[in-house]
Amino acid sequence: MDPEVAKILAPSLTIAIGAMMPALAIGWMSSKGLEAIGRNPEAADKIQATLILTVAFVEAIAVYALVVALIAKFVA
Amino acid sequence: MEISIAAESIFHIFGVPITNSMILSFVVLIFLSVLTYFGTRKMETVPHGMQNVLELAVEKLLNLVDSITHDRKFSLRIFPILATFFIFILINNWVGILPGVGSIGVTHLVHGKEVFIPLFRAGTADLNTTIMLGIAAVIAIQVVGITTLGLFRYGKKFFDFSSPLGFFIGLIELLSEMIRIISFAFRLFGNVFAGEVLLIILADLTPYIAPVPFYIMELFVGFIQALVFTMLALVFMTMATVTHGPDDHKKEEAQEEEPGQLETA
Repeated sequence: MDPEVAKILAPSLTIAIGAMMPALAIGWMSSKGLEAIGRNPEAADKIQATLILTVAFVEAIAVYALVVALIAKFVA
Repeated sequence: MEISIAAESIFHIFGVPITNSMILSFVVLIFLSVLTYFGTRKMETVPHGMQNVLELAVEKLLNLVDSITHDRKFSLRIFPILATFFIFILINNWVGILPGVGSIGVTHLVHGKEVFIPLFRAGTADLNTTIMLGIAAVIAIQVVGITTLGLFRYGKKFFDFSSPLGFFIGLIELLSEMIRIISFAFRLFGNVFAGEVLLIILADLTPYIAPVPFYIMELFVGFIQALVFTMLALVFMTMATVTHGPDDHKKEEAQEEEPGQLETA
């Protein structure tokens, strides 16, 4: 594989693969959260707070992959 | 295209390089100071105008802090630093979207090549700022924990000599405290910097049409990242005042909702 091809593929694959699991994880967590709210609407505030928090944690992982991709592209 | 992860330095003062993100951070600092000075000059019991807006912001943020701590006294104690984090990060994120930021610049000769260096750049799009915010948040969390529980009870969470398993768990807790600095820093930096890069590239592709919905997304992302930073710091501070020992009956009773809610998070 030429170096030029690798230079373009590396950051692209990093973010493409790195964002797959966080996307799935957020979908699973939100579905469970909404289910819990549906079963117990009074606890909606607590569930919502926990949900936003954990979504932030998981999204940070996708952002790590993005930062590595940016470093791979712009800092050679 | 002139995208660089590190903020470029524009000039030097006494040997200290001043970067474009530092310039904008100072502008935001002066703007916020002037805003609050004029808003609180003549305090009235029934507020009008700018004082009304500031009181609205304070009330909303205090309700947010109350919703996690359920303790008005504790909320008032930790409110100043949390509100500072929120407002500072929010305004710094939003300032990066203003026209002129990233596009007005000078052309310098670097390593023989002509490089365009923007004069302004969002403060939080610089890894230095976000690492500083992360370190400040983690130090604030430790200070809140130590002043609430006392040095020995707080230290027992990390250096637990009752059993080998407890010792390892304590070490892992200590490690995870340090990792929080990295996670705070990179979450904020990645979101804001990626938004900047996205806007630059879109403006390069289709100048006036494509970036518009993404400006709306950038406003939203800036707000969410400020909120997430503040709420994470808030939750960690609340967790830092809770211990799990049997000797801690009074504190546990006062916060008996907290361990149940946060343990299952």
